[in-house]
Amino acid sequence: MIKLRRFLSYATLIFLVLLCLFPFFVLLMNATRAHAEVLRGFSFFPGASMVNNFRNVIENPNMPVIRATINSFILAIGTVLMVLYFSTLTAFGIHAYNFKLKKFAFVFILLIMMLPVQLSALGFIRLVETMNLRNSFIPFIIPAAASPVTFFFMIQYMKSTLSVEIIEAARIDGSNEFMTFNRIVLPLMKPALAVQAIFTFVGTWNSFFMPALLLDDPDMHTLPILISRLRGADFLNFDLGQVYMLIGLSILPVVVVYLILSKYIVAGVSLGGVKG
Amino acid sequence: MAKIKAKGVSYAKWGYIFIAPFFIVFSIFTLYPVLMTFYYSFFERFMIGLNQHGPYYVGLDNYVAVLTGADGSFFSSNLWQYFLNTLIMWLLGFVPQIAASLLLAAWFTDLRLNLKMQGFFKTVIYLPNIIMAAAFSMLMFQLFDTIGPVNATLLRMDVVEEPVRFLSSTMGARGIIGLMNFIMWFGNTTILLMAAMMGIDPALFEAAEIDGASPRDIFWKITMPLINPILVYVMITSMIGGLQMFDIPQILTNTSGGPNNTTMTLIMHLNQHLFSRNFGMAGAFSALLFIGMSALSLLVFKTVANNAASGGPGH
Repeated sequence: MIKLRRFLSYATLIFLVLLCLFPFFVLLMNATRAHAEVLRGFSFFPGASMVNNFRNVIENPNMPVIRATINSFILAIGTVLMVLYFSTLTAFGIHAYNFKLKKFAFVFILLIMMLPVQLSALGFIRLVETMNLRNSFIPFIIPAAASPVTFFFMIQYMKSTLSVEIIEAARIDGSNEFMTFNRIVLPLMKPALAVQAIFTFVGTWNSFFMPALLLDDPDMHTLPILISRLRGADFLNFDLGQVYMLIGLSILPVVVVYLILSKYIVAGVSLGGVKG
Repeated sequence: MAKIKAKGVSYAKWGYIFIAPFFIVFSIFTLYPVLMTFYYSFFERFMIGLNQHGPYYVGLDNYVAVLTGADGSFFSSNLWQYFLNTLIMWLLGFVPQIAASLLLAAWFTDLRLNLKMQGFFKTVIYLPNIIMAAAFSMLMFQLFDTIGPVNATLLRMDVVEEPVRFLSSTMGARGIIGLMNFIMWFGNTTILLMAAMMGIDPALFEAAEIDGASPRDIFWKITMPLINPILVYVMITSMIGGLQMFDIPQILTNTSGGPNNTTMTLIMHLNQHLFSRNFGMAGAFSALLFIGMSALSLLVFKTVANNAASGGPGH
């Protein structure tokens, strides 16, 4: 009985693993094959055109791939820094101090946590246009200072690890509150910061809705926008080796980071949820 | 005297200083845009050629236009069609997702089953969640294309005689979108449910086993009732995420929501209005969605607030 159940569970798991990996295996194989080879159908063996496809993609005058990759990095790193610093600062403000609006501020942030950004998109776009900030990363990076989800993660982490004694000890040593935060609290939050850095980076790297509406200058395109343009192009005339290579390049950075840090990421997923 | 004064130093102002950036930024970039979105919903604005006309105050006209169809009746509105599309595609991913996740989480946490290589399995099933949805959609579009590998394989194995045009059929297009949502999210749900199941007191399982309960009984009568709160949380957050569905159908169908608008989601439609600068309609549409989603958010808030009040982080 237990043997049968064990067999069933492994069989199901292997099926799901194949389902998850197969699309990316095809991607990997086809990125190494030339257009004509791709058209001939799928093969389990790589071709010899990887370098060629790579060169063609980055030299394609219609596809500013390098520019888009740099843009994606600027956007993601800028957002990560803002999200981490200000979410932790806000969490610290509410966790460590007693003030009249403390409870209200906490409840308010929880209330707005689940509200989708798309619903304020209209007002946001008009605001950005009034500020003359279309085709700039500023309207993405500055608003990242208010990130309720990361705030919630940080304050939950502080509840379990950050004791008030540490702050009081720093006070006695003559540290002012701001210095205490920067020099003592931030370093203590490193594990939580690392988890949130990854999630924020991935989320921003992959984000498509707002960037597509505000970054219409080709010099400001990010990778998801480039992919949507590729989808809109007449793909029949397009070199499929390049198509697969571009898809591969755009997911490569997060996959590499994920494979290195997967242990912490998987642990972070359950940490972010609520306890049953 | 001096000592008393020093003791009386209030640090409250630092609390305000530290939370100020969050609230200032939130007010400018979220609160104000939300209010303006509602405000714009009462005005008409349109383009004739390159000239912007309006804004003209039109009262609730935009809302009437969003809520009624071409024949003027309430239920023929596109809104319902797009809502239904979104809901169906969410369910196509969510139903298998919750089933698979419950099964996997129960297996992973079953000590008698003692599954090996759990780290590897968890790493792989969570992997699709971090993949750029736009890139994944482009990939699936290529795979299911008439000249793509799926069709090539079906042809070679003589399953079909001519290429299947998956994306030209409603079932095919919705099915692929549901499949992608499933692949991207079941790992995430499995991990959340596992955390919930590992929080159950093992003595309960041991007692049930001694009483001769089968694994099926244990699952339905002990595990399920005890993880109910997190199950509700997973379901509502997934529904909120599902209602925001955009990237996958947008890229997969090249913005068309085809075939025949059957994969057009609510947010894709909002995006159309925003893109064509039809701000009055976009405003009314956003405002209506806002009200609906706020109700759902409130449910999540209740779950999270109860939990935050009752103690530490979920580990």
